[in-house]
Amino acid sequence: MAQLQNENIKLVRKLVLGSMLMFGFGFALVPLYDVFCDITGLNGKVTRTGAAEPMQVDRSREINLQLIAVNNEAMPWQFEPITAAMTIHPGLTGQTAFLAYNPTGQNMVAQAVPSVAPAEAAEYLQKINCFCFERQTLEPGQSREMPLLFVIDPELPEHITTITLSYTLFDITPQLQASYRNGQPSMRRFML
Amino acid sequence: MTLIGRGLALLGLILSPSAYAEWQVNLMPGVTEISRAVYDLHMTIFWICVAIGVVVFGIMLYSIINHRKSRGAKAHNFHENTLVEIIWTIVPFFILIGMAVPATATLIKMYDKGEAELDIQVTGFQWKWRYHYLGEDIDFFSSLSTPREQIANESEKGEHYLLEVDNPLVIPVGKKVRLLLTSNDVIHSWWVPGLAVKKDAIPGFINEAWTVVTEPGIYRGQCAELCGKDHGFMPIVVDVRSEEDYKLWLAEMKQAKAQASDAATQDWTLADLMEKGEEVYNRTCAACHQVTGEGIPGAFPALKNNPIMVAEPSAHIDVVLNGKAGTAMQAFRDQLDAVELAAVITYERNAWGNNSGDLVTPAQISKLKQ
Amino acid sequence: MGTLEQTVETEEHHGPARGITRWLYTTNHKDIGTMYLWFSLIMFLLGGCMALSIRAELFQPGLQLMAPNFFNQMTTMHGLIMVFGAVMPAFVGLANWMVPLMIGAPDMALPRMNNWSFWILPFAFSMMVSTLFMEGGAPNFGWTFYAPLSTTYAPPSVTFFIFAVHMMGISSIMGAINIIATILNLRAPGMTMMKLPLFVWTWLITAFLLIAVMPVLAGVVTMMLMDIHFGTSFFNAAGGGDPVLFQHVFWFFGHPEVYIMILPAFGIVSQIIPTFARKKLFGYASMVYATASIAFLSFIVWAHHMFTVGMPLAGELFFMFSTMLIAVPTGVKVFNWVATMFRGSMTFETPMLFALAFVVLFTIGGFSGLMLAIAPADFQYHDTYFVVAHFHYVLVPGAVFSIMAGVYYWLPKWTGNMYHEGMGKLHFWLSFIGVNITFFPMHFVGLAGMPRRIPDYALQFADFNAVASVGAFIFGLSQLLLVYNVIQCIRVKRHTTAQVWEGAEGLEWTVPSPAPYHTFAQPPLVK
Repeated sequence: MAQLQNENIKLVRKLVLGSMLMFGFGFALVPLYDVFCDITGLNGKVTRTGAAEPMQVDRSREINLQLIAVNNEAMPWQFEPITAAMTIHPGLTGQTAFLAYNPTGQNMVAQAVPSVAPAEAAEYLQKINCFCFERQTLEPGQSREMPLLFVIDPELPEHITTITLSYTLFDITPQLQASYRNGQPSMRRFML
Repeated sequence: MTLIGRGLALLGLILSPSAYAEWQVNLMPGVTEISRAVYDLHMTIFWICVAIGVVVFGIMLYSIINHRKSRGAKAHNFHENTLVEIIWTIVPFFILIGMAVPATATLIKMYDKGEAELDIQVTGFQWKWRYHYLGEDIDFFSSLSTPREQIANESEKGEHYLLEVDNPLVIPVGKKVRLLLTSNDVIHSWWVPGLAVKKDAIPGFINEAWTVVTEPGIYRGQCAELCGKDHGFMPIVVDVRSEEDYKLWLAEMKQAKAQASDAATQDWTLADLMEKGEEVYNRTCAACHQVTGEGIPGAFPALKNNPIMVAEPSAHIDVVLNGKAGTAMQAFRDQLDAVELAAVITYERNAWGNNSGDLVTPAQISKLKQ
Repeated sequence: MGTLEQTVETEEHHGPARGITRWLYTTNHKDIGTMYLWFSLIMFLLGGCMALSIRAELFQPGLQLMAPNFFNQMTTMHGLIMVFGAVMPAFVGLANWMVPLMIGAPDMALPRMNNWSFWILPFAFSMMVSTLFMEGGAPNFGWTFYAPLSTTYAPPSVTFFIFAVHMMGISSIMGAINIIATILNLRAPGMTMMKLPLFVWTWLITAFLLIAVMPVLAGVVTMMLMDIHFGTSFFNAAGGGDPVLFQHVFWFFGHPEVYIMILPAFGIVSQIIPTFARKKLFGYASMVYATASIAFLSFIVWAHHMFTVGMPLAGELFFMFSTMLIAVPTGVKVFNWVATMFRGSMTFETPMLFALAFVVLFTIGGFSGLMLAIAPADFQYHDTYFVVAHFHYVLVPGAVFSIMAGVYYWLPKWTGNMYHEGMGKLHFWLSFIGVNITFFPMHFVGLAGMPRRIPDYALQFADFNAVASVGAFIFGLSQLLLVYNVIQCIRVKRHTTAQVWEGAEGLEWTVPSPAPYHTFAQPPLVK
């Protein structure tokens, strides 16, 4: 009997450990998913940011870039691209801007979240400088032209001729006011 | 007893010619090349399944009839046969390959990334859709137009009950239309069966879908992803028109927009605004705040006897125009024009005993909307 | 590990304690199995009432009985209660009763933990059901609780829902550990792995699935909890999160979960068909391998629930192909069952009728599953009533029928009395007819374009919805017969033999009926 009990305890230890590992695995799926998105371009998560390495400019093609601005739920700012569409050669640094205006009577903080369609183009659209890199604060009645500097990698697959870049503007004022951690932004993986 | 009564009523319903629209028991072939390909694929797989079913159930039925004890059947005692088992592992495998080939071909066709002639941004809202024609100055909301009385069974239901909207999506026939889907709040899904397009609209992300409709007509669909209370009440109507009619519609839309801004400069009486406001309220606000203005306790605040409705108007206007952060209250600045905003605010301030007597003019709102 | 210290009581031959403490403190696998089964029956009836309220609302177009928000609460609670409260505990209950009897063990390996894993459940479900009475109402975001509807936009009761899920997850994991330990360590001498009855095999594999995925479910609700209360942004795009991530993690749990609800059903049916065909199960080894392959495949098919979220082509193809592959081992199972019946000597008592209906109707559910696996066609089927029809076909005449088959099959062993065969058959036929009238028309309205989870619908769906509602009431009310049959079987003395069924084989049929409070104190020798 004692031997059986030993065996039981050993087995239970293993199984409990297994279930704890799986609990951890659930959380590990979060970074794994990011890696997965990087590889497949899933969801048009744009991960290429920062200074561009010099690229060969491909004058033989022109890419049509559409710019879209979306306001998330109760976001009252006026938010729009200064140009809705532009054409550009891959490898050439492009510049444009989005216009934001805070019509309310309060100080507000916003975060823009970029997304690219088609998703497989996401990894070829490199943002050198983007207003989405940091939070944007506007005082009552203030407006701002927020710059975007980007380059399209000439490696972009041939069949893609149009790329849509959308920014969704989220109002994060309430989260910041709630100040869970000494006013630190409540962001877990702020990777953009 | 009521159950039996209902059952009998139902029996009558089945036996008599249907009181409702035509029955439909299968997928519709639709009006695009893709939708027809999907339909063919669906039918192919369906018949393969039927064939397998006939064989398997046939053998089973044969055994049930013939190999029963009451018929004196004696049990044989075979209980394995490697060859048979290998065969029925491999044969299904080949049948699956037979299905996978056309399925893959159709899927690849759907992922065609060719240039579109018209790009429309589709944004899902709780509980309506917004269509923005990129490159054109056309941007409007499309929400359910079925009157509330029909839903509440207070009046006869119309032919397109729950599948009708105030402003349909209008697209030209035979042109490749690209849809860029995103959402304002929760996940929605834009689905029109006739076009075989179903794609999720996800907040913060952009998804794309495309369609080339080959026949003019009106095609109806619904939101397909549970998105909260009125998920069942946000239909999609696509009005496919000939090239000329589409151009005409574009021109009309632009003209209407100019007229709306004219209307905002006119003088409006309280009675006119109240009448207009009631209509806008019932269409836009009543889903949450209820027709009675009493809201839903715990979810949506009451407007009746609400101090904001009788205090100085600016706070009220601010909430309607800019929404309220952290709640389901949306910003209606872009959703409604100046006249509608002024009317609905005026209505809310004077209906259900909120007798503030205030008149908020379209001109006032226009100024704020700048 | 305090609960593990206890040895299995082998020498004491006392009967059960008296009164309520018998049930509160019991460590007897038969008592605990009984409690699991009663609990699951209560939950089945409760979830069934919710289903009937849904069907009543959908009887006709228009809103008649309830507001849309309450309708959503009903669909959500119905799903959660049926999955976690009715089907899973019923299988655990059957495992508690039958696994020790089938492998010649005196009890479960960890009897005190067994008591715990049951007694957590009533608390978990009281908490969950109590949300119906809270301000803002019960969870209304569907049993799949997709973010952000279940986080940013959820009613305040979501926190209680999360804790309830945590509790039932812990209960399931403890139950699974117990079953694995019992099967691996307590088999009678000579009971080798490849001699295990199929019910035991399928439960062993199911238990491993539970240990693998219930913690992932716990993880995903924990992330929700953190998003809601602690300011993280796992699923919130504003903070760099992603709502689609939720769906990936959820379905990584969710797909194995649906096999957790069907593999034990395969096991039960594989016990019953040979008994009533009076012929050994055809292809025992391939049944075991097929079960294992289904379990393995369940981990690599999850994204077929999300074909419309906008995956890259390669992703869609991968998940389409892997999903189609599941048809192969599932087909093997169905062929084996049919081959078992072939050239047998069949009789058709209630358990056999339920098992036969299982084979046919589950296969129909399998066919619609195969159709749903085809990604391009799934764009039309996704989130319509076709899906509702599909999963109800595999879960109601699938999982639930197998549980009923098992109950009728083993009830004489549990009570020592035969149930009333005529009433059993009546229950079967009403259920069979009711189930088909309810769920078959759902295929039609789904294909015709009716989305799921809507409280009101367009007029062209009206006729079939009315039919489905009538069927639902037939099915629902006929379950009162099940309650009657079980109670009657306990109370009316119609003594039965140890073997009960003419063709029954296995250790559980060697002990007297009713099975004594303690069985196999001396392990039997299996040849």
